[in-house]
Amino acid sequence: MNVIGYTAVVAQVALVVAGAPLLTGLMRQVRAKLEGRAGAGLIQPWRDVRKLLRKQPITPTGTGPAFRAAPALLVATAAVVAALIPLVSTQTPVRRHADLIVVVALLALGTVALALAGLDSGTAFGGMGSSREMTVAGLVEPTMLLAVFALSIPAGTTNLPAIVSGAIHDPTRLASPAGLLATAALAVAVLAEAGRIPVDNPATHLELTMIHEAMVLEYAGPDLALVELGSQMRLTVLLGLLTSLFAPWGIATSATWTALAIALVLFALKVAALGAVLAAAEVFWAKVRLFRVPELLAGSFLLALLAVTASYFLSGTGGGL
Amino acid sequence: MSVVGSALFGAAGAACAGSLAGLLAPARLRAALVGACTAVAGLAGVVAGVAALDGGRWSADLPEVLPLAGVHLAVDALSGLFMVVSGAVVAAVAVYAVGYAGHGVHGASSRGAQAVLPLFAATLVLVPAAASVSTFLLLWEAMALTSLLLVLAEHRQRPAVREAGVWYAVMTHLGLVGLLAGLAWFAGQVGGETFAELRAGGPELSPTVRGTVFVLVTAALASKAGAVPLHAWLPRAHPEAPSHVSALMSAAMVNLGVYGIVRVGFDLLGGGPRWWWLALIATGALSAVYGILQAAMSADLKRLLAYSTSENMGLVLIGIGASGLFAAAGHPALAGVALAAALLHVVNHAAFKALLFCAAGAVLHATGLRDLDRLGGLRATMPMTAGLFALAALGAVALPPGNGFISEWLLLQSLIHGLEVPGVATAIVLPLAVAVIALSAGLAAAVFVKALGVGFFARPRSEQAAKATECPASMLAGMGLLAACCVGLAVLPGVLGGGLNRAVVAAGVDGEAPLRAGGLDVRLDALSSRLAPLWVVAGLTAGVLFASALPRLAARRRERRRNARLWDCGGGAPTPRMAYTATSFAEPLQRVFDDVLAPEQDVDVTHARESAYLVERVRYQRRVPDRIEHRLYRPVMDLLAAAGNSARRLAPGSMHLYLGYGFFGLVTLLVVLAVGW
Repeated sequence: MNVIGYTAVVAQVALVVAGAPLLTGLMRQVRAKLEGRAGAGLIQPWRDVRKLLRKQPITPTGTGPAFRAAPALLVATAAVVAALIPLVSTQTPVRRHADLIVVVALLALGTVALALAGLDSGTAFGGMGSSREMTVAGLVEPTMLLAVFALSIPAGTTNLPAIVSGAIHDPTRLASPAGLLATAALAVAVLAEAGRIPVDNPATHLELTMIHEAMVLEYAGPDLALVELGSQMRLTVLLGLLTSLFAPWGIATSATWTALAIALVLFALKVAALGAVLAAAEVFWAKVRLFRVPELLAGSFLLALLAVTASYFLSGTGGGL
Repeated sequence: MSVVGSALFGAAGAACAGSLAGLLAPARLRAALVGACTAVAGLAGVVAGVAALDGGRWSADLPEVLPLAGVHLAVDALSGLFMVVSGAVVAAVAVYAVGYAGHGVHGASSRGAQAVLPLFAATLVLVPAAASVSTFLLLWEAMALTSLLLVLAEHRQRPAVREAGVWYAVMTHLGLVGLLAGLAWFAGQVGGETFAELRAGGPELSPTVRGTVFVLVTAALASKAGAVPLHAWLPRAHPEAPSHVSALMSAAMVNLGVYGIVRVGFDLLGGGPRWWWLALIATGALSAVYGILQAAMSADLKRLLAYSTSENMGLVLIGIGASGLFAAAGHPALAGVALAAALLHVVNHAAFKALLFCAAGAVLHATGLRDLDRLGGLRATMPMTAGLFALAALGAVALPPGNGFISEWLLLQSLIHGLEVPGVATAIVLPLAVAVIALSAGLAAAVFVKALGVGFFARPRSEQAAKATECPASMLAGMGLLAACCVGLAVLPGVLGGGLNRAVVAAGVDGEAPLRAGGLDVRLDALSSRLAPLWVVAGLTAGVLFASALPRLAARRRERRRNARLWDCGGGAPTPRMAYTATSFAEPLQRVFDDVLAPEQDVDVTHARESAYLVERVRYQRRVPDRIEHRLYRPVMDLLAAAGNSARRLAPGSMHLYLGYGFFGLVTLLVVLAVGW
């Protein structure tokens, strides 16, 4: 179990690091095809990251340590989260510490690091981006934690492997009204956290609308590569979290090599499918105005609250904890 | 005499010596002597508290000290916890104060202010030791008066200090009236005023008496803790006090309000019905969200920190309320976890808030500015202070690996598992409480990104900020001590486990050891949850190393880092005036919470004389008034002022009229007595 467990953790992190640019490439390709363009190909983001990593590092004058440290911290938080979430196996050495609240908080830490970097650059765009990013992040937090609350009720714990293995062994939990409401709420929160349409448009550089891109405008070379990689990894782990929680089938609950291999393949397929669906949906959606975003988040907050109360009242016995 | 007793007498002695030194010593030595004595008093408090947390109990009756009532002192693990917190904050801040108050430029270095500081420090350590109503009230009032004098220390420099002092004096004494009425009635009903007698008689009283006592006492104590809507003094007094006093007030004094609520609600009254605790949760939730929203709108660094105190005390009150709710429903294990979470948050908040106020004081010392909109660029000129502020801010935003995260995690765990407790009230209140904690944590992240990013990063926005120099060594040493506490609490919270368990049991909640003691992890055996802060730090470090190594691995040849001009979308080198300020940073949040905050904006356009199409000058004003204060306090104050004005007509200055008043008064009294009372 030990060797397999450690292999599973390493495989999760490696797959997220290596697969994140591919996922972005896939999503861009899906989008391009649907819009009638040829697209740059699946591995273009990989080539971009490699090219940027090889460039000379550049420090803009007037920036400080926060600006320098933020890209590495962004990648680090995403990597730690990738190790904690049971993406391919629930039988990992970190399973006891894989708490859902810690995962949410670590992702928020990455956001805060990048927002500080945006302010550190001292430009108007940097400040604008961080201000908007922190506003959205502050409003996403209640939805995230209430969804966590709703998910933890049937399992009786916020421990992720316990929630996932519970859902594998008892699939009716996922089809319950509470499970569906929590899925919807968490999905909106994930879109906001990952900076996708309708909250933020990753492809825009228009000052009126950009959030994430405004913060990172001053980055160049290897630092920019890390920022890009970090954002792609965040998207991957967030989609991975969604699949682990709401389509957990295939995740290895026993420590065997075959289960692990199947889980790895299934994980890649599930996340790719989810990414493709998201990209296809984005073609038909428009980004909402910045000051309409709170309405969207309030809606998802309501869904999460309904999920909690539904699971309480429908189970009848006080949640069955 | 036990360790606890001797340490407490040592603390009192050191404080008196410090006070004398402040009065008598020459100005050159004054700050150092006062600082040393105060630090000794703080350390003695830590020693006493640790001994009490370790299981030592101590009590003393000193009937000859105070006529009629005598002085009763007793220390258990609950008092010990608060003594450790007060003592540690006092010791570190005393070291800091040597540098802060030692330069003679602030009113804080005056003879009077220096003499009062050790006395205030001593009351902070001694209040938790009080074991009778009269002793408690005496120490409480001594604490209020000494802190009031210290708040007023700089009244010659700034007129705002006087206004703050009046607000503080009035509200703390209204609080005292509530406390006095509640505790005196309680003692009268029980027929004895020592805490032992109250503890024995409290649970047997009628529900009406118990409820009234709880409401009166809790309102008074919650006001001291800065709970909304009784918070109005806090964002005035804390910023206007000298910074080391702000640190003591915000990190140690507000805690004692929490201590009083736990002591009276759980220990003396022996717990209570559900509505007490639901009311407490509601107060806490209101304080948390309203406090952090006001902090988000504030551009004054110390005012922002003061509002954040309101927020954190709100979170603590939510924890206490949840604990009482679970205890009332017969779930002692959950109640223990919730109370432990609340107490741990008190400890964590004290560590990071003292450091934040000290760092803000260092900035004030170096630049004379509190206005974030005019600060900036301090990470280059004051690197140590900026680093320490960043460390404390990490604790305050409740994100790993900061210390605040651990207590908020515990609090969330207790609330999430609280659905075990049957009842519709819990099913609705607990999810909302979780959402409130999450919202306040999310907004706190925005608040401290603003404080750190605008105040310390980017480029200086004013001449004073550009010319700042690093603060003296003693101030850095004091802040270093607090930073060590923050790091220790963040990485090894398990060390506190045993003490917290004993404090929870001493409060009268019989949860069997909610936290596993001594380990590296925080483990909740009752809830099968665990958190390993050390591993999170290790994982993040490994991740950062891996990410920094990536460019090296990919690079074909090593190239030196090169400086380049800021790009800023090709706009050229931007001036500091183009950078985002604290006000502009908070603008989206202000818009989102427009209905709650009701900001007042005023745009005044002056047109040129030649043409109405040419604009000569545009004036923009924005103010976010404290709305609760506006709506709640203003009408009362207006009413009082109107009553005072109309009463003036009764006194036109005629001696005949005054004699007439006396005559009629006497006759009326005699008639009433004659008719028969």
